[in-house]
Amino acid sequence: MSTDTVTKAAGEPVKPVKPAKPGGLATKTLVLAGLTVFTGLVLAPFLVVLINAFKSSEDYSQGGPLALPSSIYLQGMIDFWNRVEFGEKLWNSFVIAASVAVLAVIISVLNAYAIGIGRLRGRTAFLMFFLLANLLPQEALVYPLYYLSKQFDLYNTRLMVIIILTAIQAAFGTYLLSSVFRDFPPSLLEAAALDGAGKLRTLIRVVVPTSWPTLSVLFTFFFIWTWNEFFLPLIFLIDNDLQTVPLALAVLQGQREVDITTTAASALLGIVPAVLFFLIFQRTLTRGVMSGAVK
Amino acid sequence: MANTRSRRGGKGGYLLFLLPGVLLFTAVIVIPLIMNIGISFTRWQGIGTPQWIGLDNYDRLIHDANFWASFRNIIFIIVAMVVIPTLLGLFLAAVLFDYVGKRIGPGTASVFRSGLYLPQVLPVAVTGIVWGWFLNSSTGVFNSILDSIGLGFLAQNWLGDPKWALWSVMFVMVWVQLGYPVVMFMSGLQRVDPELYEAADLDGAGWWQKFTRIAVHLIKPEIYVVLVTTTISALKIFGQIFVLTRGGPGNSTLVPSYFAWQNFFEKFNAGYGAAISTVLTLIIIVLTYVFLRIQTADERRGA
Repeated sequence: MSTDTVTKAAGEPVKPVKPAKPGGLATKTLVLAGLTVFTGLVLAPFLVVLINAFKSSEDYSQGGPLALPSSIYLQGMIDFWNRVEFGEKLWNSFVIAASVAVLAVIISVLNAYAIGIGRLRGRTAFLMFFLLANLLPQEALVYPLYYLSKQFDLYNTRLMVIIILTAIQAAFGTYLLSSVFRDFPPSLLEAAALDGAGKLRTLIRVVVPTSWPTLSVLFTFFFIWTWNEFFLPLIFLIDNDLQTVPLALAVLQGQREVDITTTAASALLGIVPAVLFFLIFQRTLTRGVMSGAVK
Repeated sequence: MANTRSRRGGKGGYLLFLLPGVLLFTAVIVIPLIMNIGISFTRWQGIGTPQWIGLDNYDRLIHDANFWASFRNIIFIIVAMVVIPTLLGLFLAAVLFDYVGKRIGPGTASVFRSGLYLPQVLPVAVTGIVWGWFLNSSTGVFNSILDSIGLGFLAQNWLGDPKWALWSVMFVMVWVQLGYPVVMFMSGLQRVDPELYEAADLDGAGWWQKFTRIAVHLIKPEIYVVLVTTTISALKIFGQIFVLTRGGPGNSTLVPSYFAWQNFFEKFNAGYGAAISTVLTLIIIVLTYVFLRIQTADERRGA
């Protein structure tokens, strides 16, 4: 199937551009206009959410979803914030995402140090194992984890979610970081050895500082992935005061009496942190996507 | 094993660093995975003693219309998350990198790239909420736009009608996924040596030929990564389905992971849920293996 897709991928997409003579001002305008319209359509949902989050119900029923708000109405968002105790949800999400990101980077570094720099025997097997652990559907782990967490009194705790997600993210981190560490400059390691540094000291003083950019990319990815995670919090965080942002929003949506403007307000509050992270980490993210591709 | 070797120092000393990871993975991944396979051979409600029933759950799966529906639906989801974004992504990346980037400016190209990538950063639950509202039959944005431009007769119950639900989910998934291949392919295109293009120009190759013969050929690694990762995430799709349709109406948008979840936590059929997720795991492993084989074979041919 994949080869088929690749050849098709090569064949199809360029047709619309073919007749154009690149370079002409008309073509330039046409291409830019086309791209602007297309990207605008992709981004339109964000705009629609934004304008409706500031409307009252009456305003919405009068003007419909595309009209600008007749006045800036904040009460809907304030009501929503209080109703789901959004501040608490933000804090839960932050605690879980930050803990997972830190722990998973540490575990990834330790694993990759042993595999990539230590060149352990059987490292391919280890790598395949970590890769596999990342590819597994969470459904294949979740029931035993659910059962075990109840046995160990960890059910319905943030700690359980942190432990599971740390393992899953670190699996990816180990896989990626091992190939980065494999190309670690040996001269640096030798210099550290000459200075009499042990393995742990070499790791902390040489390897970690040198690979800081890659580690920050990993941290960013882990943080955002964990922040966005839905499946595990859905199963493991039952109490309202433990829930994360995505979970609280989905649960609220499940209660059918929710009106449109509340939906819009809640969607906006879900989008804002994600977009903020995106803007803050944009460079790191694109760099990370790239380094993930070229091994 | 880890302990005895680590004491020896030298190369073996590195094993000590692997210890926390190995312990964590054993507890969170290895043991649960083995338990899950074990549970799939039992009838178990999650409490009491599991009752060994051999392959009965798998036998039941083969005869379960919902199981087959979930896999039929997953093929449509793969079209929406893998095939369409890859094709469209190649086209957009080529236009943005080769045309916009070179003739208008790399800044403009990266603004478009960021715009297209933005849906990727949203939590799946938020994506589900936004699109659930847009596609809602009575109060949704889509139908109200159709109404306002006089096309009200085209309005549908997008998520509630079995005829439309899967198409609507597919549409949402294309929206979510498109930015990822665009970013990947654009970064891949940066590796293309401009001299290759100049040489092709001298040979009289058109834009189209340069694109297929040089660009697509050289960004094959990125194409593979995109195909593998998106196929796997399509097979694992859960959140959007949970929020948008809950697999319905009927089984028109049922997917394996949601089907497994239902059996675990709604129907208390832990054994059956475990069988479904075991089959899903096997499929993912086999597919990954096949992908990796094709990729290595291809790289060897290319080298």
